[in-house]
Amino acid sequence: MHGVEPIAGAPAALPPQARFTGVTPARLAVHVYGWLLLLPAAVLLITFTHYPAIATLVDSFYSTPRGRRAAVFVGLDNYQAMLADPVFWRALQNNIIYAASVIPLTVVLALAMAVLINGNIKGRALLRLSFFTPTVLPMIAVANVWLFFYSPGYGLFDQLFGLFGTTTHNWLGDRHTALACLIAVAVWKDAGFFMIFYLAALQQISPQLAEAAAIEGASRWYVFRRITFPLLMPTTLFVLVNAIINSFRLVDHIVVMTEGGPDNTTALLLFYIYEVGFKFWDTAYAATLTVVLLVLLAFLALGQFLLFDRKIHYQ
Amino acid sequence: MRDATMKWLAALIGAVMMVLTPAAATSAAANDIELSFYYPIAVGGPIPKIIDGYVADFEKENPGIKIKAIYAGTYQDTLTKALTAFKSGEPPDIAILLSTDMFTLIDEDAIAPFDDLLKTDADKAWAKSFFPAFMENSQTGGKTWGIPFQRSTIVMFWNKDAFKEAGLDPDKAPDTWDELVADGGKLTKRDASGNVSQWGVEIPSTGFPYWLFQGLTTANNVRLMNEAGTATYFDKPGVVEALQYWVDLSRKYQIQPQGTIEWGTTPKDFFERKTAIMWTSTGNLTNVRNNAKFPFGVAMLPAHQGRGSPTGGGNFYLFKKMTDAERAAAFKFVIWMTSPERAADWGIATGYVAVRPDAWDTPTMKKYVADFPAAAVARDQLKYAVAELSTHDNQRVTKVLNDGLQAALTGTKTPQQAMQDAQQEATRLLKPYQ
Repeated sequence: MHGVEPIAGAPAALPPQARFTGVTPARLAVHVYGWLLLLPAAVLLITFTHYPAIATLVDSFYSTPRGRRAAVFVGLDNYQAMLADPVFWRALQNNIIYAASVIPLTVVLALAMAVLINGNIKGRALLRLSFFTPTVLPMIAVANVWLFFYSPGYGLFDQLFGLFGTTTHNWLGDRHTALACLIAVAVWKDAGFFMIFYLAALQQISPQLAEAAAIEGASRWYVFRRITFPLLMPTTLFVLVNAIINSFRLVDHIVVMTEGGPDNTTALLLFYIYEVGFKFWDTAYAATLTVVLLVLLAFLALGQFLLFDRKIHYQ
Repeated sequence: MRDATMKWLAALIGAVMMVLTPAAATSAAANDIELSFYYPIAVGGPIPKIIDGYVADFEKENPGIKIKAIYAGTYQDTLTKALTAFKSGEPPDIAILLSTDMFTLIDEDAIAPFDDLLKTDADKAWAKSFFPAFMENSQTGGKTWGIPFQRSTIVMFWNKDAFKEAGLDPDKAPDTWDELVADGGKLTKRDASGNVSQWGVEIPSTGFPYWLFQGLTTANNVRLMNEAGTATYFDKPGVVEALQYWVDLSRKYQIQPQGTIEWGTTPKDFFERKTAIMWTSTGNLTNVRNNAKFPFGVAMLPAHQGRGSPTGGGNFYLFKKMTDAERAAAFKFVIWMTSPERAADWGIATGYVAVRPDAWDTPTMKKYVADFPAAAVARDQLKYAVAELSTHDNQRVTKVLNDGLQAALTGTKTPQQAMQDAQQEATRLLKPYQ
């Protein structure tokens, strides 16, 4: 803070006439100094967040420029086309099912794993390592490994189930199981990551709380339900926000494993946006879909903060 | 410290304010012509090494021309990169992209035809030296937009050991649809509980099912689109019939796994003897030769009303934004890359079909075919080959067909319904181009 005060004094040190002749290097320097301090953050935010978001919104009201045909203003045409697009609705529906399965499964699993390895059990270091390993692997590598887990006949799952005499199953090629297969991959990949946050939070909780409760005769489940879990709420909010973002943001495994097939049963919103934008080159329609995704995510995040904020006890 | 910064800043701003004369940006005028060249990789093998070797040889023979070869990912990645670069005003000069991307590139006004460059008789003869089947996807509206380079067709691989075990002649592949069903039935090994350890046939149906499907429609004597790329014929009875046959292989005859079959793992299924017959690209020839631990055969696709396969693979394209001197140099490079010797060498190294008949008369190619006759099957099939599905708004129209095919193969829709829906949607997409 000590740097601020002398700056304020700087203009006063100028010869009086300089103030009225307008721009002088020294006078400008004061302003430039301030702006330069803001510059790195402002440049990053504007170029990579605000400008793209606004440009996307603007583009969604124009047609896609192709060759010599420039973009023209079409109003809400792109949005009307979107409402009539069955693939959009399918992708949205898939994404809701996907999010509604991945998020609770991941969070519950992450919490369970964290509680497990927070206790004093044998092989704790090994368990921690194995729970966390999926997180450090790139999604593309994970998807390629799971692609072979799912291959009918000689894949890991068919070999395992084969031991019990069940017939082989075309996991990714069957529209009833394809989406569930992708959900399993996402849960496997993300649970370890969120576990780390729960583990850190658990270690912050003073053991005296549990000890005091135990003296009062509270069961372990009661302690968890009434003491540990409420104290974990800030972490749960953080994890939930991230889990929701991830369930709309991470589509690498779809590109590798199914490309949205069979017949769009595994197309998620972002994957469809990529397809429309970079395969069909319908950039205006891709912008329209992106606006929908942005609004959806904004509402989800807002809702979470409003809903949970009252219930969260920050230490 | 702070005062020093302020003084320094003030000095800098003062300097900038005073020195307003623009810097004379005089870059040293290079005499060399430099061309950027994007290429994709879609098959196994040391492709970048081969391409870099070609480029080095070309530069040695043509001083004054520098080629910057850039590996740009899959076909899809390469198109995405080339079009993104084009839209930002810095397109590549030369690119290898799917032959089916022709209409997309024309609609984006990104590429220039080769016709204006064909000045001498030798040039004109060169443009006619390729297999006609490969030119179908390279020309439209009377102009040549692409030059065949890494091209393929679909062929059928069969496991000779499995044929022997099933009591079939190991040297004779099924030659008709009916024979495929009959042989497939004998080749499918099913235990008492219905578990299948070996399937008769696998025709992959992920990624680009439309391409494999064309192997069926062509044999049924129907085409999927017109030459201008403005109309599709997905709901013609012959097309529906072809799809019905594909679905029946899984559902009625039960000689193929149900649901969609992953393109990427089909060769592995073949190596693991999970399927006795597979359909795949000739580009997999070298892969199968290196990995199959049993004697295998390569055959043309089985016939029905007729015979045939679509072509596939990549063409050379020249982008529009070039000076005349650059264009001439780029043209020289394309001619050099498609010479008979190079075409033969490239075909042997990768498994792609050498793109011109005279490449097959070169001594190296003759020796290769004598050692490995399977390599010639794709060439012989070329006289029955047709253009790969390609229309305006190609990726979208293709997806519509792919979705329809997968819907039928997974049992969501009947073949009739799936193809009617696909045709209706394709007609809507193509309306602006009619």
